[in-house]
Amino acid sequence: MTEKDKTKTTKEKASLAAKPESKLEEIQTKRERKTVLMQGNEAVAYGALDAGVDFFAGYPITPSTEIAEILAAELPKRNGAFIQMEDELASICAIIGASLAGAKALTATSGPGFSLMQEGIGFAKITETPCVVVDVQRVGPSTGMPTSPAQGDLMQSKWGSHGDSPAIVLYPDSVKESYELTIRAVNLSEKYRTCVILLLDEVIAHMREAVCLPDIANVRIINRIKPTVPPQWYKHYDENQKYLSPLASFGEGYRYHVTGLTHDSHGFPTNKPSEAAEMMERLRKKISYNIRDLVQIESYEMEDAKIAIFAAGITSRAAKAAIATARAEGIKVGLLRPLTIWPFPDDAVRKMLRNVDTVIVPELNQGQLIHEVQRLTKDKSDGGLIPINKVSGELITPNDILNKIKEVC
Amino acid sequence: MANIPQRIIHEYLRHDKKFPHVWCAGCSNGIVLGAIIRAIASLNIDRNDIVMVSGIGCSSRMPVYVDFNTLHTLHGRSIAFATGVKLHKPHLKVIVVTGDGDCAAIGGNHLIHAARRNIDLKVIMINNNIYGMTGGQCSPTTPHDAYATTAPYGNIEPDFNICNLAMGAGASFVARTTAFHVQEMQSMIKDALQHTGFSLIEVISACPVIYGRLNKKGGAPQMLKDFRDNSIPLSATEKLPPDKIEGKIIRGILRKEIRPEFTAEYSALCKKIQTAGGE
Repeated sequence: MTEKDKTKTTKEKASLAAKPESKLEEIQTKRERKTVLMQGNEAVAYGALDAGVDFFAGYPITPSTEIAEILAAELPKRNGAFIQMEDELASICAIIGASLAGAKALTATSGPGFSLMQEGIGFAKITETPCVVVDVQRVGPSTGMPTSPAQGDLMQSKWGSHGDSPAIVLYPDSVKESYELTIRAVNLSEKYRTCVILLLDEVIAHMREAVCLPDIANVRIINRIKPTVPPQWYKHYDENQKYLSPLASFGEGYRYHVTGLTHDSHGFPTNKPSEAAEMMERLRKKISYNIRDLVQIESYEMEDAKIAIFAAGITSRAAKAAIATARAEGIKVGLLRPLTIWPFPDDAVRKMLRNVDTVIVPELNQGQLIHEVQRLTKDKSDGGLIPINKVSGELITPNDILNKIKEVC
Repeated sequence: MANIPQRIIHEYLRHDKKFPHVWCAGCSNGIVLGAIIRAIASLNIDRNDIVMVSGIGCSSRMPVYVDFNTLHTLHGRSIAFATGVKLHKPHLKVIVVTGDGDCAAIGGNHLIHAARRNIDLKVIMINNNIYGMTGGQCSPTTPHDAYATTAPYGNIEPDFNICNLAMGAGASFVARTTAFHVQEMQSMIKDALQHTGFSLIEVISACPVIYGRLNKKGGAPQMLKDFRDNSIPLSATEKLPPDKIEGKIIRGILRKEIRPEFTAEYSALCKKIQTAGGE
C-alpha cells in the first residue's frame, strides 16, 4: 500500500466515524434541508417505514437486498419486526400471518423469489389480507442476469398466481417516486385488503438521485378499516361497504376463520356455486369499481402530439429525453406513462389512441405492455403500433427511441 | 382431568359452522381435536389468545371447527404463517395442526428452521403415514415396504423419523404418542402449551379408510389396538434389550429443555438497541 493510499484509507475511516451511526438519523438530518441523495431501494425502505410498515420478512436476493438490510437495521429501533426467513415461500406466508395479527407487512424480492411467492400472493388475494410485495425486476427467465435491468415481470405481476385474481401493481420511474409509490402501495393494500405489488427496475433500485422527501407529518397514511360491530355480528368479508370490508386482527376478540378455500362471507369454506360466484365477484368488483382511485398516469407533452410513446419505469425516462430532442426538431411527440400498471389504464390509453397517429411502445422485454395497448386498438391498423424491445440486459436508450420516432414521422 | 365437565368440546366448537366434518369414520383426527381442546380448557387459556394454524391435508381441516382465531393456509406453509403471527403478537398462543405430508415433505424446510429459531409455536403433527386427502399416496413417513397408490409394489424408501429431525434442528420440546394414548396425548399438549419454545408433538394416528385398507390393517379399532401393542414408553426403553425396541413406536417426552426463545430474543434485541440509541 502506498503512502497516498494509506492517507486515503485513514481519511475514509475518519469520515466513516464522523457519520451518524444510523442511516435514518442521517436521512432525517438531511430532511431538515429537504434533500437527500439515495438509491431506489433505500427510498422503498424509508417509504415503507414512513407508511407505517412494522413487519418485514424476506430472503436475500439481488437486486433487492438493500431493502431488507435497511429494514433489519431500522425496524428493531421502532419495535417493528424483521425476520430473515428460510426462503421466499416462507417470507410471503410470514407477512400474511403478521398482517392478520394486525401488522402492516411488506417483503421485497426479485424474479426467482417473486416466482416462488406467487402461491402466497394468491392466498393474500383470496383471503383479502393486506400486504405489499416489492419486486425489483432483473433479467429472466430463471436466474437470468441478476444485476441487469429488465421489465419482464409485468404480466407475471398480474397473472403469476393461478386462477383469476385482479391485481394492483404500481410502477415508479424514479427514486423519489419509489418512495411515494411504496407509501401508496401500503395505503392501497390496507384500503383494499389485498396484496399490492410494487415493480421496480433494477437501475432505479440501484441508481442514486437527489430526492426531496416530504415531512412525515405531511405523508398521507391509510389504515385498514376496523370493525365497529360486536364479534357476533362480524363478517370477515362484508360486501356492503363499496367492497371495502373492515378487518379485525387476531387476538381482538373476533374469532374468525381464514382459508384459501373458496369461502362464504363469514370465511367458511363453500362449494355452493352461488357463494363461490359471489366471492369471485367481490374480488373483481373491489378493483373494477374503484378504477379511478387506483389508476394513476402521467401525460407528458401529449396536448398536440401526433406520436405517443407508451412506456413505464426507467424506459419512460429514456422516452422523455428522446421527446426533448424530437420536439427541438419540431416533431410533435408525447409520452403516456402508467404509474399503475394493473388495473390497466384503459380510458387513458383509449384517449391516447384516439388522438395520435402512431404509438411506440418501448419495453425491456419481448413485448408485454404492447398487447394491452393492442387490446384497446379497435380502429387502428397494426402499423400504428410500434414496439421497441430489448432483453440483452441493456437499457433502451433515448437514441433507440429517437430513431424510431424519426422513422415513423 | 376429573375436574373438567363432560362434553367440554362443545363449548369450543363453532356453533355457526355446518357439520358434519370432513373426516372419515374411524379417523383419529377427532381424537386429537378432543385432546387439544381438553388441554386448552384445563389451562383456562383465553380463546381470544389462541390462534390455530394449519396447512393442507385431512388434519389441516381441524381449525374450521373450533372457536379460536383460525387460519387454514397453503400446503406446507402453516409454520411460516404461524411464525408471522407469533412474531407480530408474541403474547398469542399459536398452535399448528399439520400432517406428515404437510409438515415433513412440502413443509420440511419451515419445520427445521422454526425448530432452529426455537420460536414458541406448538406444532401437533398428526402422522397417519399417508396422503389421505388426495387418496393414499406415499408420504415421507410411509414405512418401508408399505403400500400406497404411488407405491403399488411397496415403498422402497426409508421413512422419516420426524421427532429426531426436530431434535436435530433444535426444537426444545419434542414428544411422541399415539391416537390410542389419549390421556398421555392430552397431558403432552398441556405440557407443550406451558413450555416456552418450539414444540413438536407427533401423534401416530389411524387412517383406516385409506392407509389401513391399502395395507390390510384391519379397521380403526384394530389399528388403535396395534398402537397399544406396538408402542413402548420412553422410560421402559432403558430396561429393554435392543431387539425388543426395534420397530416399536417410542412414546413420551423425548426432549424438554430451556433454550432462548426467538420472539423473546427479538424483543430483548429491540430494547438493547433502543437503550443504546439513547446514549
